[in-house]
Amino acid sequence: MNNVWSIARKDFRSYFTSPLAYIIIAGFMAIMGWMFYFALAHFIMSQGFQMGGRGGPSITDGIVRPTYGNMNVIFLFLLPFVTMRLFAEEKKLHTIELLMTSPITIAEIVLGKFLSSMLLVGVMLLLTFTFPIVLFATGNPELGPIASNYVGVFLLASCYVSLGLLFSAMTENQIVAGALSFAAGLFFWLISWASQSAGAVWGDFLNYLSLISHNASFGQGVLSSADAVYYLSFTGICLFLTHRVLDSYRWR
Amino acid sequence: MINVSHLTKNYGPRMAIHDLNFTIQKGEIVGFLGPNGAGKSTTMKIITGFMPATDGSVTVAGHDVFSDPIGVKKNVGFLPENPPVYPDMQVWDYLDFTARLHGVASSARAKAVDVAIQKTQLGDVRNRLIGNLSKGYRQRVGLAQAMVHNPQVLILDEPTVGLDPKQIIEIRQLIKSFAGDHTVILSSHILPEVTASCQRVIIINRGKIVAEDTLDRLTTRLSKGLVYSLLVKTAVPSGIEAIRKIRGVGSVAATGNKLVVEIVPDSGELRDQVVETAVKLGMGVLEFSSERVGLEEIFLQLTTVEQSV
Repeated sequence: MNNVWSIARKDFRSYFTSPLAYIIIAGFMAIMGWMFYFALAHFIMSQGFQMGGRGGPSITDGIVRPTYGNMNVIFLFLLPFVTMRLFAEEKKLHTIELLMTSPITIAEIVLGKFLSSMLLVGVMLLLTFTFPIVLFATGNPELGPIASNYVGVFLLASCYVSLGLLFSAMTENQIVAGALSFAAGLFFWLISWASQSAGAVWGDFLNYLSLISHNASFGQGVLSSADAVYYLSFTGICLFLTHRVLDSYRWR
Repeated sequence: MINVSHLTKNYGPRMAIHDLNFTIQKGEIVGFLGPNGAGKSTTMKIITGFMPATDGSVTVAGHDVFSDPIGVKKNVGFLPENPPVYPDMQVWDYLDFTARLHGVASSARAKAVDVAIQKTQLGDVRNRLIGNLSKGYRQRVGLAQAMVHNPQVLILDEPTVGLDPKQIIEIRQLIKSFAGDHTVILSSHILPEVTASCQRVIIINRGKIVAEDTLDRLTTRLSKGLVYSLLVKTAVPSGIEAIRKIRGVGSVAATGNKLVVEIVPDSGELRDQVVETAVKLGMGVLEFSSERVGLEEIFLQLTTVEQSV
């Protein structure tokens, strides 16, 4: 565990010694802030038409769900930038030799890197706590759905991060790693579209594979263990494959 | 301390090293010498557990590299060909990180980093970003990284590449000071490197060991002994003939008024005799020097001519 933390600490710090973390966090907060403001303004306007909220959408449906739904999309675009360097750069700088000749296991390296990115995701999510604070200060939203939305976003982000880690381990070119992680993330997002034209069995299967179809329950305020299991397995498989890729790298 | 037996590594169909066998005792400093592509780096990467071998076994400090890689890695400090440094880290932070990786206890870490910095003379740059340092400093940071956890075995792949002459001398001195406490394997394709700091040399070419011995014995075994060179006023043919007839003289080559006299090994002191003969026959000695054939020549003999010793 100490070793995992040593790696995570190093990579987390290196996000902040380069401009990367600041750019990503600033971009993320600017886009999310705008989206939150837009949802809020739209909600207030519709409330005006609905005369005080009777019959109109609740805060959960009108503000919380669209805002955190959008956050999922923004993470799809931003997280490849967070993960692409993790292994690609170690290979390019030959520092992978330092890691591989240190008395730590490959699993510890992979987990450490995963943890460093998830910590950055954590920082980004922490900053968005301003949204619920605004909501609680000005209205009375339900806490449950907000919490479940955060769980959903966090789990989905862990899928993107582990996918990005896998592609970063496959190449020493950061751009290639980033582009592949984005393409793969988008693929697992859009795969549910095919389910509409596929047959009943295949349709269900493709829908099950889709990253986004598992987020609906969290969006609605339900903590679904089935969907959590899907996200955790997706993450686990990606991390396992990353381990295999790194291990095979030694044999070449 | 290090035991390598029947070590073989193939990269696909290409054979990198074939059936290497050698043993290194505790406290020895051994030079690993060979031209580029001889298999030095490959051997080192296998010993450090970075890369598995195709066949054969390696034990370091009693741990087998294949069954107990973590045990080996704990006892080894490795400086790869390219110093494995992060340009966006400061020297002190980087060494602290590598000490953590090698499991140096938190109470001893700051001290260990300071000692490594002091030994490699990085004090001036301890808070600078590694990316802003010159190649020589980076190489020293790499060396500090290898020794920060005070390992029993140090494996250094071309440790003085990119250093200026003054730094080279300092690093060699540092490596020499490891003798006794640490076991060191040092690779190089630069001969003076090995002559300056190693007690024993393993010469490797095309993946095979071609010679393994102490420096002195390699020199006597392989050299054509001593070479005297003389600068004379006039090279008299009868004089050259007379020198050639001295017992122990192998051959005399004359180019203009410069004579190169090769001495057969173990024929004792012949300087007086050679000079006397030259003076007696009226050649007029202007300059005289005696030199031992260096490792450079051995190396050339071993690696350019396919000659087994």
